[in-house]
Amino acid sequence: MNDVGIQPTALAPAAFKSAIKPIWCPGCGDFSVLSAITKALAMIGRPPHEVAIVSGIGCSSRIPAYTSCYGLHGVHGRALAAATGLKLARPDLTVLVTGGDGDGYSIGGNHFLHACRRNVDLTYVVMDNHVYGMTKGQPSPTTEPDWDSKLAPGGTHIRVFHPLVVALAAGANFVARAFSGDPNGTAALIAQAIRHPGFSFVEILSPCVTFRPEQREWKTQVRAAPVGPTDDPVRAAHRVMTDDGFNIGVLYAGSRAPYVPERRASPATVADLEAEFRV
Amino acid sequence: MNTDVAQTLEAFMAQALAMELEAMQRYSDLADAMEMHNNREVAELFRKMSVIESKHAAQIMSEMGWKEPPPLPAAPGWEGFEAAETISLDDVHYLMRPWHALQLALRAEERAERFFARLAQAATAEPVRKAALELQQEEHQHVELVRAWLAKVPQPDPDWAHDPDPPRYDH
Amino acid sequence: MSDGIDRAPARGALQGVSVALAGSGGSGVMTAGTLLLAAAAKAGGYGLMVRTSGPQIRGGEAAALVRLADRPVDTLGDAFDLLLAIDWGNVNRFADEIPLTARSVIIGDSDEGEPPAIYAGTGARYLAVPMKKTAKAIAGAWVNMVALGLVGALVGLPRSALEQAVRADGKRGEAALAANLAALAAGYTAAGELDPPLALPRLPRIAQPRDRWLISGNEAAGFGAIRGGVRFVAAYPITPATEMLEWMAPALARVGGTLLQAEDELASINMIIGGAYGGVPSLTATAGPGLALMAEGIGLAVASETPVVVVDVMRGGPSTGIPAKSEQSDLSFAVSGLHGDAPRLVLAPTSIADCATTTQWAVHLAERLQAPAIVLSDQFLGQSRAIIDPPVDPGVGAERLVAEANAPDYKRYRDTESGVSPMAIPGTPGVTYTADGLEHTEAAVPSSAARDHRLQLDKRSRKLLNFDYGDRWADIQGDGDAAVITFGSTTAAVREAVARARAQGHRLRLIALRLLAPAQPQRLAAALEGVRRVIVVEQNHGAQFYRYLRGHFDLPANPASYHRPGPLPLRPGELHRALADWNGEGRAAR
Repeated sequence: MNDVGIQPTALAPAAFKSAIKPIWCPGCGDFSVLSAITKALAMIGRPPHEVAIVSGIGCSSRIPAYTSCYGLHGVHGRALAAATGLKLARPDLTVLVTGGDGDGYSIGGNHFLHACRRNVDLTYVVMDNHVYGMTKGQPSPTTEPDWDSKLAPGGTHIRVFHPLVVALAAGANFVARAFSGDPNGTAALIAQAIRHPGFSFVEILSPCVTFRPEQREWKTQVRAAPVGPTDDPVRAAHRVMTDDGFNIGVLYAGSRAPYVPERRASPATVADLEAEFRV
Repeated sequence: MNTDVAQTLEAFMAQALAMELEAMQRYSDLADAMEMHNNREVAELFRKMSVIESKHAAQIMSEMGWKEPPPLPAAPGWEGFEAAETISLDDVHYLMRPWHALQLALRAEERAERFFARLAQAATAEPVRKAALELQQEEHQHVELVRAWLAKVPQPDPDWAHDPDPPRYDH
Repeated sequence: MSDGIDRAPARGALQGVSVALAGSGGSGVMTAGTLLLAAAAKAGGYGLMVRTSGPQIRGGEAAALVRLADRPVDTLGDAFDLLLAIDWGNVNRFADEIPLTARSVIIGDSDEGEPPAIYAGTGARYLAVPMKKTAKAIAGAWVNMVALGLVGALVGLPRSALEQAVRADGKRGEAALAANLAALAAGYTAAGELDPPLALPRLPRIAQPRDRWLISGNEAAGFGAIRGGVRFVAAYPITPATEMLEWMAPALARVGGTLLQAEDELASINMIIGGAYGGVPSLTATAGPGLALMAEGIGLAVASETPVVVVDVMRGGPSTGIPAKSEQSDLSFAVSGLHGDAPRLVLAPTSIADCATTTQWAVHLAERLQAPAIVLSDQFLGQSRAIIDPPVDPGVGAERLVAEANAPDYKRYRDTESGVSPMAIPGTPGVTYTADGLEHTEAAVPSSAARDHRLQLDKRSRKLLNFDYGDRWADIQGDGDAAVITFGSTTAAVREAVARARAQGHRLRLIALRLLAPAQPQRLAAALEGVRRVIVVEQNHGAQFYRYLRGHFDLPANPASYHRPGPLPLRPGELHRALADWNGEGRAAR
């Protein structure tokens, strides 16, 4: 059980927003996700200076600076690594990781696998728009195989990456999907993810209005998942293998103990280490 | 989606307040986004709408004697995930004209009016029914206001969405 | 015990005794070499042990190269006084690393046949000793213990010191210990019964041993890091850095820190940036290929002004190269291998003991200047084990300038005279900011404006250039109008060569740089005051250090370069000859 409980809060969502205006295109789903994150943090009740948001590169990775929390805007694909280091060095902080589908599943894929496996108490929010937006519209690992683009004319013809399947298989302790078009539902899911101990993964369908305008249809395709969450990874695996990518809700809420490195009550001193070498 | 109708006046007004605040926040976010994309006219329009909604919210708080918003429930969704009065994010476009913005605002106010009308019908407690009818009236006035505003703005050109430049390579 | 050997060392020159223990898989020569060094430590002496082996994980051919003396030993000598081989399986491989002369002695096992031509051809004298038969006669005894006793006696170690070393090793049970002590005794006795008797240089009795440590360069670097305040390490195993991490894992846990094995080097560098951003001094260790992977991350540390230390235990390059051998060929990459204008700290320890001092200093500099520091160690330093005087404590450690809570008008990247601006540590109210690899304003807002880029570039450059690094930037000895400039593990061999030259009456200055970046041209110019000729010595193919010096420093006309790549270490004799050639002497000492 982590130490972030439900508390009455004097901190409104607005307290978690900075004065910096996002550069996202009007209509971008990330506006809602930002709003949802601030609402979730307000629900959690810790002040902004006790929260850190770590990101990589991409439109959605710009989120840290749009909040009043501590932020680390790192390099492409490595946000989970930076966040892991931060959380292990500072277990007292609440650490969120934000990014997109390219940052998280392509270049960041290896770190995604190991973050799920390692189960450090982090919350990873991926804004998935099935495209590389910042670089002008290339396919990402979640892009449909027949989506035409300049870099892959006619489509990639490569099977999509299934983030929930991978997260579950790799050992994430909490796996959920949200939709940016439902900011209040998303806020509740993010808060739940933060409260859940261990590595919590929330994939958020967040349309790219500029490069994937057809994603406006998502709001007609998403639905509340027909069943509630399970703590049985096998059952969750069955469900997710037939998931069409539009079920919203918590797939899996497990009970793996989060990874916490050993901390000794009375540490030794440097002089104690010298004794090992002394002749 | 929370479609429960609150059965006490307090709870009902809290929901109504949540709606106003959500609409206010959405207009403010949209104003910021339009400003960043150099669409000054629409930015100002959304900014005005945000101020109007914040006044509605202040009005509700004053009527209820609230110094601060009470712990808010999620604003009830009705015809979508979000509250009735909130403009949907994906209905905007960086090149939109004031006419488009006002069309969206008009539909939002009409939705809000329908919302309170249905709530008034579904309400079982008299104070709630009365409050819902009052709010329905107010939303109706907003509808008229926006229609009048709409009549004053020019219709957009057919090629309003045309941008001769391709999307920028950003950082 | 007079044995006819003139033990008085040439003025300033180190002699000592050098032995090589070789054998194929299962012969246990690595253990024997380690115990020989440990015994010398118990006896009050000093020594250095280098290990070399074939590529097999186990059972491959191996050799322990040991040099013992009554004063600190930082380099192997020019030749070995003794090569003892338990068997000859593939031991040819080490011929380049075990130079022998006509004055050397080879001891082999009576049942293993004559030494291969590559060793016999040196003219060294060969003796057969029935080591395996001796071991077999004692139930449970191992042949390497017989060899240890034999060699220990021949180099003058007291039997008690050898026994102490074997007892302390205590890996096996009582019965095995008894058997091995018996084997040790048998070997020790056999030394005195050799016919004709052998007379090797011997370690003198040391009446009053000094305080000494027995340590490897990798352990020393890890220790120095912890003494400097590092409490978070994330790293990926790679030869020859892995032992540093394996030593640090339990050590950090003992002092309240954490080591995390990362999934790769890309994770490692980013994890320590996260840890350092959180306020905890952080470090990773790797080798050339890993450093290459970390380049982007190191750049993030530069741009976001996050302190981290990256220890690069250099090995043969390029690419996968020669993982288990030493080379100084990552210098160019370390000083200039980042995209953009990315000033960073680069340091290089000059000895095993200095691995502790310089790594500790690196932690201090990184934290003080909020920048990444690369420490260029190498396989020779990292994986060799030595008896050293306790490493110098530079007396400085992590000392970060942090922002106070609710500081008014706080700007993370505010331009200051020193270039260092207070860093807000997460958890501190009123001073939240987002650290960024993107160029930024003083207030940490991303910016592409010319003014901001210029200001931040100046800031990040100035904070390193204007800092007073003090005298630790280089070791400078001697006088004269000729100077030898080097860095890293070659320093010891250069020092010995220079000592020999000085004994012959030449006046030479030796300058071993410890701080490689930012370049210190004014300091080098001061050190070269009065010098008219320089030669740059390094262990790589491309003369990287020579080119770096020529590019960033003022040198006298016609600087010379002595450089060659690994895998073989530079030897004092080789360098002494090179210096003689450079001096225009084709003949013997005056």
